[in-house]
Amino acid sequence: MSSISAMPAPPSSDKRWKLVDAAIKRHGRAGHSLIECLHTMQECFGYLDEQGLKYVATALNLPLSKVYGVATFYHIFSLKPQGEHTCVVCMGTACYIKGAPQILAALEEKYGVKPGETTKDNKLSVLTARCIGSCGLAPAVVFDGDVGGKMVSSDALKRVEKWMNI
Amino acid sequence: MTAEELNELIEQEVEANKLFVHSINVCVAAGCLSSHADQTLDALKKEVKAKGLDKEIKVKGVGCMGLCAAGPLVEIRDASNAAQVMYQGVQGEHAEQVVASAGKQSVQSLVCDTSIPFFAKQVKIVLENCGLIDPERIEEYIVAEGYRALQKCLQELAPTKVVEEVTKSGLRGRGGAGFPTGLKWATVAKAQNKQKYVICNADEGDPGAFMDRSVLESDPHRVLEGMAIAAYATGANRGYIYCRAEYPLAVKRLKNAIKQAERVGILGQGIMGTTFNFTVEVRLGAGAFVCGEETALIHSIEGKRGTPRPRPPFPAQSGLWGCPTLINNVETFANIPPILRKGGAWFASIGTEKSKGTKVFALAGRVSNTGLVEVPMGMKLREIVFSLGGGIPDGKKFKAVQTGGPSGGCIPEQFLDMEVDYDSIAKVGSIMGSGGMIIMDETSCMVDVAKFFMEFCKSESCGKCVPCRVGTSQMYDILCKVTDGTATPEEIAMLEELCDLLKSTSLCGLGMTAPNPVLTTMKYFRNEYDAHIQGKKCPAGVCKIKAAQEVLV
Repeated sequence: MSSISAMPAPPSSDKRWKLVDAAIKRHGRAGHSLIECLHTMQECFGYLDEQGLKYVATALNLPLSKVYGVATFYHIFSLKPQGEHTCVVCMGTACYIKGAPQILAALEEKYGVKPGETTKDNKLSVLTARCIGSCGLAPAVVFDGDVGGKMVSSDALKRVEKWMNI
Repeated sequence: MTAEELNELIEQEVEANKLFVHSINVCVAAGCLSSHADQTLDALKKEVKAKGLDKEIKVKGVGCMGLCAAGPLVEIRDASNAAQVMYQGVQGEHAEQVVASAGKQSVQSLVCDTSIPFFAKQVKIVLENCGLIDPERIEEYIVAEGYRALQKCLQELAPTKVVEEVTKSGLRGRGGAGFPTGLKWATVAKAQNKQKYVICNADEGDPGAFMDRSVLESDPHRVLEGMAIAAYATGANRGYIYCRAEYPLAVKRLKNAIKQAERVGILGQGIMGTTFNFTVEVRLGAGAFVCGEETALIHSIEGKRGTPRPRPPFPAQSGLWGCPTLINNVETFANIPPILRKGGAWFASIGTEKSKGTKVFALAGRVSNTGLVEVPMGMKLREIVFSLGGGIPDGKKFKAVQTGGPSGGCIPEQFLDMEVDYDSIAKVGSIMGSGGMIIMDETSCMVDVAKFFMEFCKSESCGKCVPCRVGTSQMYDILCKVTDGTATPEEIAMLEELCDLLKSTSLCGLGMTAPNPVLTTMKYFRNEYDAHIQGKKCPAGVCKIKAAQEVLV
């Protein structure tokens, strides 16, 4: 490895940057830890913003183009903020043939959001997943990280409605 | 950890468990957890304590018991570890009844009948510890003969002998392609580099497959043991587990297992008092299906975009950071410890002529018993679907089994009596794949299913080679037209041509196999394509036919 410059200062005084810093240092600022560092940043902030990507690029001594290339290649990374709550509808094969598209349609009809979109009041983001491996309980929907199995549209709407009324 | 220390640990663990008359095992794998098994476990622990039975009854979390649809599953075992009863759908409110039934009359309303074929016809090698041991405690794995195979290798077998034993077993890669594992190991072992790597592919990307997830969540140490044996046999000293970020519980249990193994000296430097060193690190995937392809996976571990590269050179010659690298799938590694413990000949005695051992299948879709089953290679497809799977619910008619995910195909009724192994599945145009089996009934439209998979491949194509990037997109467009009822016969001819083109010119497996769902549905369900194109209707009533709607208006 070429000589590494001094660690840059984090973009803000937000304490969450300390966790990102720890991830960067854990791997000795090696370029191959980029994906690990982006995971940590997304866990801390919910998404990857431009100044964060620039920061990681400098810290790992990588061109910003490469960091951006990786951040946009992988589906898990999001470059825009999510709503307060996320509802992830699994669209794996088992869920698909057992009614996941109907759940998505019901969510769209009620809240006017397509997969990947967030409601205007920023309360709800609807996302899809390729397969969360809960095929035995298809169709599955993940409500803020909590997996619900054997869902029908009305169940899913009920769970989401609870968030919307707060 | 030396052999004596290992034995000491086993004795301590056995001694500590001596007083327990019963154990209540609660499944805490992802399936049952989403049915709130964690609350069940807490309630049972509290109940045992409240009744002052905590010296007699041990309540513990265990791995997957298989029948995910009936979760949370709870099993009561006696001091000799023989099963008394299995309960299904156990919630916190049932705790009192369940605890009271230990060693007594079972709670009839909760009983899950384990004499049904779903349980009775399974042969467990990979899943032998699942549902029995606590995945978060290395001691339980060690008592269940864990790390004995590694110990045997290090003390009694030269690396070449280990490779020989794996070759003798006839084990083939469980990730999908079925490449002979022994041959792969031998190639890496022969490479002259000082630095070599072992990678466990835990990027289970096929939608509808959750075998690896279950193994990682239920018995993580077995995978580590398999990797350590592989490292010893091939001369590697570093390992990576590339696991999907979508499996947070599997990642957590793996990291925990690595820490425990390091603590007792089973991983690290000078393992079991020998000169063998091996360290393992978990690397997270980030939601790219193509990273299941080995060269793409290697790029991803290196922190790059997960794009594949042409082979050769194969990773066995030039892999991670240009060094010889052994890549095997989770289930392949999980088969290694029992093979070394019981011998390659024992493993080769199970299964068919060219596919040895067992295979774990994930049954899902329109089938009564959804969950995980492990059966010997060569079991008839009909037996898996109708006997173990319990057939199709709601009196519906069977239509097809989809195997191999987006790279596989749909197997129709006429092949139900086929013996399931690598070669017979390939013969009918599908692939074994990693083991996902999605059962479809008459409510599924096969053209819609083909479109579903093509949308998947189109979106997951990494974009590096033109046939895959543009071809999947064009195929998807035509399939959309078919399901719209607006496709022409010429476009169907073009669809067939594209299938051929992608198969023969794509850079990696993703593009080469992407046409499989289309090819098999066109071959076996041509009538459904014709109904959409000529009859302007969808026989299953799934697709919204544009033309018909316009006529109605």
